[in-house]
Amino acid sequence: MAARNWIFAVAVAVAVFLSLSTFSSAQDLQIVNAERRIDLSSHIVKAFLTLKVENIGKDPAADMLLAFPPTQIKNLAMVQALAVMGKKKKKTYLPLDVKPTEQPDAPNDAGYFLVSFATPLGPGETVTLEVLYILTHSLEPFPVEITQSESQLVYYHDSAVVLSPYHVKQQTTFFKTPSTRVESFTSVEPANRAGKEIKYGPYEDRAPYSYAPVIVHFENNSPFAVVEELVREIEISHWGSLQITENYRLTHGGARHKGVFSRVEYQSRRSITGSSSFNALLAVLPPRVNSVYYRDDIGNISTSHLRTGFKKSELEFEPRYPLFGGWRATFVIGYRVPLEDYLFEAPDGRRYLNFTFGCPLVETIVNKLTLKVGLVVLPEGSKDPSAVLPFTVNQDLQVKYSYLDIVGRTVVVLQKDNVVPTHNVPFQVYYTFKPIYMLAEPLMLVSAFFFVFVTSLAYVHIDLNIVKK
Amino acid sequence: MGAKKASPDLLNSSFSFKSLKLKTKQQELLLRVSILGLVYVLAFIARLFSVLRYESMIHEFDPYFNYRTTLYLTEKGFYEFWNWFDSESWYPLGRIIGGTLYPGLMVTAALIYWTLRFLRFFVHIREVCVLTAPFFASNTTIVAYFFGKEIWDTGAGLVAAALIAICPGYISRSVAGSYDNEAVAIFALLLTFYLFVKAVKTGSLSWALGSAFGYFYMVSAWGGYVFIINLVPLYVLVLLITGRYSMRLYVAYNCMYILGMLLAMQIRFVGFQHVQSGEHMGAMGVFLLMQVFYFLDWVKYQLNDTKLFQTFLRITVTSAILVGGIALGVGTASGYISPWTGRFYSLLDPTYAKDHIPIIASVSEHQPTAWSSFMFDYHILLFLFPAGLYFCFKRLSDATIFIVMYGLTSLYFAGVMVRLILVATPAVCLISAIAVSATVKNLTSLLRTKQKVPQTGSTKGVGSSKSSSKVTLDQSQPFQKNGAIALLVGVFYLLSRYAIHCTWVTSEAYSSPSIVLAARGAHGNRIIFDDYREAYYWLRQNTPTDAKVMSWWDYGYQITAMGNRTVIVDNNTWNNTHIATVGRAMSSYEDEAYDIMRSLDVNYVLVVFGGVTGYSSDDINKFLWMVRIGGGVYPVIKEPDYLVNGEFRVDKGASPKMLNCLMYKLCYYRFGELVTEYGKPTGYDRARGVEIGNKDIKLEHLEEAYTTSNWIVRIYRVKPPTNRL
Repeated sequence: MAARNWIFAVAVAVAVFLSLSTFSSAQDLQIVNAERRIDLSSHIVKAFLTLKVENIGKDPAADMLLAFPPTQIKNLAMVQALAVMGKKKKKTYLPLDVKPTEQPDAPNDAGYFLVSFATPLGPGETVTLEVLYILTHSLEPFPVEITQSESQLVYYHDSAVVLSPYHVKQQTTFFKTPSTRVESFTSVEPANRAGKEIKYGPYEDRAPYSYAPVIVHFENNSPFAVVEELVREIEISHWGSLQITENYRLTHGGARHKGVFSRVEYQSRRSITGSSSFNALLAVLPPRVNSVYYRDDIGNISTSHLRTGFKKSELEFEPRYPLFGGWRATFVIGYRVPLEDYLFEAPDGRRYLNFTFGCPLVETIVNKLTLKVGLVVLPEGSKDPSAVLPFTVNQDLQVKYSYLDIVGRTVVVLQKDNVVPTHNVPFQVYYTFKPIYMLAEPLMLVSAFFFVFVTSLAYVHIDLNIVKK
Repeated sequence: MGAKKASPDLLNSSFSFKSLKLKTKQQELLLRVSILGLVYVLAFIARLFSVLRYESMIHEFDPYFNYRTTLYLTEKGFYEFWNWFDSESWYPLGRIIGGTLYPGLMVTAALIYWTLRFLRFFVHIREVCVLTAPFFASNTTIVAYFFGKEIWDTGAGLVAAALIAICPGYISRSVAGSYDNEAVAIFALLLTFYLFVKAVKTGSLSWALGSAFGYFYMVSAWGGYVFIINLVPLYVLVLLITGRYSMRLYVAYNCMYILGMLLAMQIRFVGFQHVQSGEHMGAMGVFLLMQVFYFLDWVKYQLNDTKLFQTFLRITVTSAILVGGIALGVGTASGYISPWTGRFYSLLDPTYAKDHIPIIASVSEHQPTAWSSFMFDYHILLFLFPAGLYFCFKRLSDATIFIVMYGLTSLYFAGVMVRLILVATPAVCLISAIAVSATVKNLTSLLRTKQKVPQTGSTKGVGSSKSSSKVTLDQSQPFQKNGAIALLVGVFYLLSRYAIHCTWVTSEAYSSPSIVLAARGAHGNRIIFDDYREAYYWLRQNTPTDAKVMSWWDYGYQITAMGNRTVIVDNNTWNNTHIATVGRAMSSYEDEAYDIMRSLDVNYVLVVFGGVTGYSSDDINKFLWMVRIGGGVYPVIKEPDYLVNGEFRVDKGASPKMLNCLMYKLCYYRFGELVTEYGKPTGYDRARGVEIGNKDIKLEHLEEAYTTSNWIVRIYRVKPPTNRL
């Protein structure tokens, strides 16, 4: 039995190998020049990677791979790629399709993204790509616990060279830190630091999958606002408004607060104490927003300020208390926007909602975002909902009961983990709806009242006595 | 053709108009119903000031417990609620919630909530709780109308409904958000009384049954039911003495008492008190007396011999009293019948609590009432009340006797305790309504007869005797008409002043949630101090879920409801020793207090401090009560240690024990570094207007965990013991 299994395994391995060899070989491409700029100024790490890719093979290449170390792949919130067309001054950018993909021979569980070129890259041709990828939870506080008066120091782990399945001829990496205070950084010659910038490279001719781990230890007091869970509920009412309710579970994701919180120090020496804490947040809401509220489980929170504008509205608000490392706050923000700005009719007669995905808070990471789009039309009114998004999310359908509902409203649930502000892009939800259903609830109320009046009329006029008085 | 067709239409319409025209009686009905409807709405909206000015939130202290239990009831269902052992309060003792509360309020709110849910109104339970009190206040006006109608006439009923709708004495306990037992209890109280009066008047079993159920509702809602179970027998006794015994009374009282008692026993918190406690014995005595009366009546009817009956009467009455007395004596001696509780004593003797039960005396609403608060809460009713009594005595009946007794007894209790003004309010409103209604009725009838005089004059001969009598009346009082007009204007002026006063009092004094404090800033802008919720929410979010918080008992309910953390003591002051232990910890030196806190597993200590904002009802001002209550159980704590020449001070002249006790240290920790007011030295306490005496406070076993933005709430963490090597 064991022998047969072994033979089977060999057969599978051979099959995999054969299928691989038919795949466009990774060695057909090489990276002429790679420049990577990693912005560490907030807790959302943004990396801008400029790649000059050349096809050195004989066949045209339709796509290329981007590789990420396993520590990064799980924190990768988003990867975008643009192809740069034209020369200087007349540059145009063409967004490219980026998909996560698997490679069976991946060394050390590296993760891959497949970038498809707009037009296949012919032999000898080069193309310049701009890749943006965003990492969350990649700054590790050290020391793990700090007191009120200390500022927050974090580690950032990365490689001095770009991890790539291709040969890289020349490359440079820049790290931008938020302040000049850098405790230490791993030196991989040539590496040097100037002000807020640490430069690694240039390095010449690195083999595929070269890796040179570096650690940067630096000060970062930017607010580490992490929304552990956000539930956004968008209720469509065909009576003319869109009610949005956002339930936040916010936490300070930085170094944990240790020991005393002294109010007297916090209020009198604000500049030097609690520098890593934050007590104000900014939410960017749609224009023409109204009926905004900000509350939590135990009532209204009075520290908020709304500025409405033509392009956007801004809600400045403070949690009940300043958030130090590890402290949590939960709250609800709700607002209403006019329906005509967001609900449209598609050419095929269906209606669709066009709204922004993501979290309206500025510079925050959302670990788990659940977007509930309640199709608040009448019970049987809305049918066949379908959501259209530029990236993959988990989708689900639920039923919700609201005021005067009998059958319940269909709820489209879109769920995505690891959401960053870059995910704030429009998405659409299509559904069919007959306007006549709008009248059902008012008619129900009217008939209920009518019934009450008729009964009271009848009660007054009908003599229910058995014996005549 | 058209003209021909039009004419019958016209005819029809004129007919319909004629039939639409209301008769006087119908007009009166319409007027009455619409007035009542308006009063109903008015009673509701007058109580919404707090919602408009602040938000839809639960007020004060006890309502937070009620809210928490209601939440539990709606989430877990009735049986879970009934058998709930709450480990979050009275750590480490815990509290059997189902057996130690009056569930009426929670069940009422939950029923309203479930009904609304059933009708597909998806309201939050908080909204239901906030609006329960105004809703029941509105219902009370309806009961007041029927009650007034019963004891006087419909006019008095309407006036009573209007008066009670806005009376500050009632509004103080029934504004939106004041989700307390009294919110439904006053409705239940008045309903029970009304149904009982109705039962006595008609002798009908169904009304007596209704009154028994009203009593059951009252028992389930509030401890104030003791007032009913004592007032009703007293009333019956008075009727017996004044020779108004009747079969109607017999039926009404027996049915109400027996059924009411049996029903009341279903409430676990009340249990068998109706047959075992001294406070309820009066009712039983009167019940037995009724049977004796009935028996005597029967014997009298059978004997038909006065002399023989007199002898029999003497023997029966003596033996009945003797047997009753012996039974009571044996019951009390054997401990079967419990003696009167301290709270009951303190009602009869206002000075009792101050000497014996500091925990009752420490509550501000248990203080004897000042004259000003009578004026504040009753306004013109205070003057109308005696006038109403006069009218009642003028037209004495079973019903008016009842309202007079209710008014007088409750007014006495209102004088003993501030919070009992509430109980007296319906009686005062009803009696005043009688005064207003009777006066206005008399005056308007005078005016009307005057108007009729010229008519009767023109049609001579018809009803000459009547006109002549009126003429003589006119002659006796020459300025009668003008006088009546003047008086009427006066009455309406007074009533309008009353309305203005009520609105003002409601908006200024009774609509503050006391969780959120509001003050006027230097530029007239409103400043909100939301420190309580800041602190409670901080506790809820940033402390371990099993953390135990020690604070003075006032904040216990709020911490469990809003902070969701276990507390050592709370507003249900059932265990005086436990409260005294906390009082002792607060008034001891830090190391002694640390031992107490360790023994109670305390993780956090919460104090309320008004020194920065000038908020005067803080823990320093309550501190003497902690000392007294602590000292009442632990004689090591002595009040004079904290006083200097009998004076309570926190400045340099304060006693050393005061300057170093835990409460002082926790309140003023690092306060000495702060400048609170321009031109004053650091550490200037704005609540007491002094510079504090100990600015260099070191804490050894505790550390500051959180202080709210205006320093009103300060939370300290109890450090774990240092390792012993």
